[in-house]
Amino acid sequence: MKTPVMVASGTFGYGPEYAELVDLNKLGAIVVKGIALHPTKGNETPRTVEVASGLINAIGLPNPGVDGFVEQYMPFLRQYDVPVIVNIWGKTVEEYVEVARRFDHVDGVHALEVNVSCPNIKEGSALFGTDLDMFRRVVDGVRGATQLTVIPKLAPNVSDIKVFARAAEDAGADGISLINSVPAMAVDVKTRKPRLANVTGGLTGPGIHSVAVRLVWEAAGVVNIPVVGIGGITKAEDALEFLMVGASAVAVGTASFTHPATALEVTDGIAEYLDRHGLSSVGELVGTVLL
Amino acid sequence: MQCETVKVVHQDEVQGGYRLLWLDAPGIAPHVRPGQFVHVLVPHMEEALLRRPFSVYKADGPVLQILYKGVGKGTRTMTYLRPGDQLSLIGPLGNGYPGLSTGRYPILVAGGYGMAALYLLARALPVQGVAFFGGQSASDILCVDEFEALGWEVRISTEDGTRGERGIITGVIDAWWTARDADAEPVEAYACGPNGMLHAVARRAMERDWRAWVSVDRNMGCGVGACLTCVLKVRSEEGGWAWKRSCKEGPVFECREICWEMEEAG
Ligand SMILES: Cc1cc2nc3c(=O)[nH]c(=O)nc-3n(C[C@H](O)[C@H](O)[C@H](O)COP(=O)(O)OP(=O)(O)OC[C@H]3O[C@@H](n4cnc5c(N)ncnc54)[C@H](O)[C@@H]3O)c2cc1C
Ligand SMILES: Cc1cc2nc3c(=O)[nH]c(=O)nc-3n(C[C@H](O)[C@H](O)[C@H](O)COP(=O)(O)O)c2cc1C
Ligand code: FES
Repeated sequence: MKTPVMVASGTFGYGPEYAELVDLNKLGAIVVKGIALHPTKGNETPRTVEVASGLINAIGLPNPGVDGFVEQYMPFLRQYDVPVIVNIWGKTVEEYVEVARRFDHVDGVHALEVNVSCPNIKEGSALFGTDLDMFRRVVDGVRGATQLTVIPKLAPNVSDIKVFARAAEDAGADGISLINSVPAMAVDVKTRKPRLANVTGGLTGPGIHSVAVRLVWEAAGVVNIPVVGIGGITKAEDALEFLMVGASAVAVGTASFTHPATALEVTDGIAEYLDRHGLSSVGELVGTVLL
Repeated sequence: MQCETVKVVHQDEVQGGYRLLWLDAPGIAPHVRPGQFVHVLVPHMEEALLRRPFSVYKADGPVLQILYKGVGKGTRTMTYLRPGDQLSLIGPLGNGYPGLSTGRYPILVAGGYGMAALYLLARALPVQGVAFFGGQSASDILCVDEFEALGWEVRISTEDGTRGERGIITGVIDAWWTARDADAEPVEAYACGPNGMLHAVARRAMERDWRAWVSVDRNMGCGVGACLTCVLKVRSEEGGWAWKRSCKEGPVFECREICWEMEEAG
């Protein structure tokens, strides 16, 4: 990776959407929107609502399915010199395993981020992120099905993140990423109706940043595999916080909607910080929070 | 499409809470096609983080104009913009209106900011037909002189009868249609306004064999096709439906593409 700054799943499409605005070759990696075995339509509208310091979304993981994705988007992505991380999900353990197996030999795919934590899927997927036994089975299954780098993405709404972080490492994960969106709800007080068609959704954006920093700190403290810090990054300082509490890479999410070039600005900001402090690599910052 | 830091040239209240914002946007303005929009990052809007979409009213050289109304936090904050202020703009976005098919007679149907959104199209079309403008009150009827100066006949209705005929605009459209020669050229309609108005145009288009292009207004997130917030149900070739992104495949759709029955239900 040229930079530890990636773009987070679901917030950067599949690449082409931002290609005119952002030099994709300057990203640490592109994590594409979640892919399932079969095409999925996703939730009814409204799918997002803006709230103080953030965005609640219940998009519902619409996607073209493994074959559709490989056919429609991989030729485009292969033109770039940027690692492609495919975010995968399924409704059953078997589906996760099958999706992982199919990506194993796809040219240009560098890693799989296993989305066990999207709060917007009704048929059980949320459980994969909060039920330890289910979580283990998914990570274990995916691990066994692919040679690719496997990065389970952890849900924030568990009573002890350390348990899940360790379980991922024990199951053979190459890294972990966190956090996914935080389960949330908003009501229109004029109509007394939920503001999302799906009733509940996941909060992302600046409002969840400090929550994410604490969770990354706890998780990074108990594993030896790399940790990707995600949640509410809008500027370099936010990314530096993640690095200092133990993340070795970060991903920018919602902020790309507002400022498409946020990830590049964060990269520049980190480089400036290293310069100013006479450090030669990001590695020298990882886990250096002074307690 | 580009993301450009642009400068406010001027801002004016036009009438009835509608305001005109002039932006010096040399990278974007020259590339705007009729029906396209720009995604505005409203400065100093602390409680919200997303951009706000606005149709381009006019684009002349490096300057583009937006006609907007303060309806919420973003648009109310925009009213404080002063000459020299800078803001970030992404554009031009969306597909825009197609040109007129040969042998068809153009009509425009607009409500609210839709009048501004149709101006560039009115200027670009090779034939000037009739423009139907509807609103609540006289202060909601915008840009009439501009359309007349381009050679369009403007017919107006207001619900309170303060300008043009009293009632909604479909009454005026129906009267025009009834009085029209049966063997006149087939109609191609272009519409931008509230959803109810668009649906009313669509119903007439389907009954009367018009072609009709409607520009839909959906809440937007990214504006570039990445977040899947702005989707609507569009008929698919296999007979079912598929989500289409109004920021990318739209905001302009031929009215027969839209699954109106599902839109109403949703
Ligand atoms: C393609 C397109 C072109 C547009 N062109 C213009 C234009 O030229 N001039 C103009 O004045 N307006 C235009 N709009 C509408 C404009 O984007 C909204 O008025 C604006 O986003 C409202 O932002 P706000 O922060 O002021 O309101 P908010 O405080 O965000 O919202 C006020 C209320 O309006 C609702 N709302 C917010 N945005 C939308 C939306 N896009 N559609 C429906 N309801 C919404 C909210 O849910 C809330 O109830 C356009 C919209 C689209 C999609
Ligand atoms: C509109 C939207 C769609 C998302 N889709 C996915 C997804 O498909 N898979 C996934 O693992 N995370 C998804 N996420 C979560 C993000 O990848 C990220 O974990 C989260 O937004 C927190 O980061 P942020 O605060 O920087 O946005 C989505 C987030 C948003 C806002
Ligand atoms: S607004 Fe994000 S996809 Fe259209």
